Amino acid sequence: MKRLPKYCSGKTARIKTLYLAGAALVLLAAFLGILLGSTPLKFSEIINAAGEGFSSTAAGRIFLYVRLPRTAASLVCGAALAVSGAVIQGVLANRLASPSIIGVNSGAGLAVTLCAALGIYGGWRLSLFSFLGAFGAVMLISLGSRRWGASRGTVILIGVALSSFFNAISNAVVTFIPDIGVMSNDFKVGEFSGVAYQRLIPSAILILITIVVLFTLTNELDVLSLGEEGARSLGMNTSAMRTLFLMLAASLAGCAVSIAGLLSFVGLIVPHAVRRLSGSGSSSLLGLCALYGGAFVCLCDTAARTLFSPYEIPVGIIMAFLGAPFFVFILIKGKGGHGDA
Amino acid sequence: MLELNNIRAGYGKRQILNGVSLTVPKGKLVTVIGPNGSGKSTFFKSAAGIIPILSGEILIDGTKAADLSRSETAKKIAYLAQGKSVPDMTVFQLVLHGRFPHLSYPRRYTEKDKRLAIAALEKTGLAERAEIPLSSLSGGMRQNAYIAMALAQDTDYILLDEPTTYLDISHQLSLMKNLRELAKEGKGVAAVLHDLPLAFTFSDIIAVLSGGEITACGEPLKICKSGIISEVFGTKLNYSEAESCYYYKY
Repeated sequence: MKRLPKYCSGKTARIKTLYLAGAALVLLAAFLGILLGSTPLKFSEIINAAGEGFSSTAAGRIFLYVRLPRTAASLVCGAALAVSGAVIQGVLANRLASPSIIGVNSGAGLAVTLCAALGIYGGWRLSLFSFLGAFGAVMLISLGSRRWGASRGTVILIGVALSSFFNAISNAVVTFIPDIGVMSNDFKVGEFSGVAYQRLIPSAILILITIVVLFTLTNELDVLSLGEEGARSLGMNTSAMRTLFLMLAASLAGCAVSIAGLLSFVGLIVPHAVRRLSGSGSSSLLGLCALYGGAFVCLCDTAARTLFSPYEIPVGIIMAFLGAPFFVFILIKGKGGHGDA
Repeated sequence: MLELNNIRAGYGKRQILNGVSLTVPKGKLVTVIGPNGSGKSTFFKSAAGIIPILSGEILIDGTKAADLSRSETAKKIAYLAQGKSVPDMTVFQLVLHGRFPHLSYPRRYTEKDKRLAIAALEKTGLAERAEIPLSSLSGGMRQNAYIAMALAQDTDYILLDEPTTYLDISHQLSLMKNLRELAKEGKGVAAVLHDLPLAFTFSDIIAVLSGGEITACGEPLKICKSGIISEVFGTKLNYSEAESCYYYKY
């Protein structure tokens, strides 16, 4: 029997190269993230500390309690937000949609603020409430836009309004209970300083599980991107599938917000760049978004704490500097929402 | 055969179809014609289970469509919508998704699925373009890619809503020949067309839909001579016996 052409595997030479480059970039970002900072570490110091016990040397303690959780958090949050953005854009058929723009992050931020007001600062409960906040926001957008037949541009505007509304509630809570310590400037723009394992581990586990589940649903995401009628004609229960995808995307965004605050633009920039490079289906899109999203945020975070060392700026500022012009670029190019931005 | 009996359907409170009946036998090409807004697309969407019907009955080879799940219906009826999105995927990936209803979670396409997709690409002349992104195809080629997806779905019935949109005349003729070929292979093929000479030349059965009702249905020549076309469209369609072709008389 004739052999199948190479393109049937879905992994063309271009995609394989992108995966390899992405993996190399993640390693480089992780390496730099661990070694660079206000107190630079040497690789040999970490190896020595591993032999003697990390708590026994200053370098070991910096590695174990500062750099490792911080680097892991930036990689995990970047991957989560980029994949979340790719999923939301696919489900809403709107390339301008991303967790930060349509209010998903703000929904999670509100949940984190309420948690703090209730004395919950970490653990599974924080992750759960963040997810609920993000899910509530994304469902409001999804149901509202379908019910009112909103155009893609209107969906974005509804999202912006919703985002402001959630932020206003969060700010009101902080005004009345100033001691809760969230909705600080750092939280609003997103940052990784002081990330503790207690806050990182539950959310990171949920993020990893969600990404694995999403990888089993890439064909479904592709079919959903054919539009309502196209997906239904292939036997898909579109309402159920859309809700499932939005839940998974909200889980990713919610967990990322519970770790890092309201990081913006990752979910917009990375899926766009990956789409332009790969031009392929959801399977490659999600995988590459996870790699490049993680590497991008990790590199931005390293830049945020080394550019003006010994001063550190929140990583969200660096990302907004890159993301805002990129957003305008997409609008001007008219590519958002298939030319219907 | 695909039997649509006394179908009433619409959107919200607005009823578009007022009891439409039509049969699509296997091995035949049935074309539905009608003025804009007559309910042709709504009719096809109802038949394919895309929108729910208000009343009536759809029988697929004697089985009530209402008793079938969505994916079971999709294994029997392929539907090509009028408006189509341009998703981020290659031509081959799009065509391969025609096999989607035949798999269950976790859907991983088998070698058989891939071979069926390749065969569909070859049939529509897109084999050479399998690897390129869908977005870089012309409108006509993209239409062909969607038709290839419907072929890969490998159903007994294919419903195509205005499949000749975006196609130049040579591709329109090629598509109609392909549809005839599919009917010859034993599939029941139904299409909505606006080009009356094209529809009358290639179809076995013509159904005229007007105001949400089928006003005439039968062999093309019989319909042409009945005068219903002038009544519905305000334009006369003639048949030249010397040249065996249909033409408009303005």
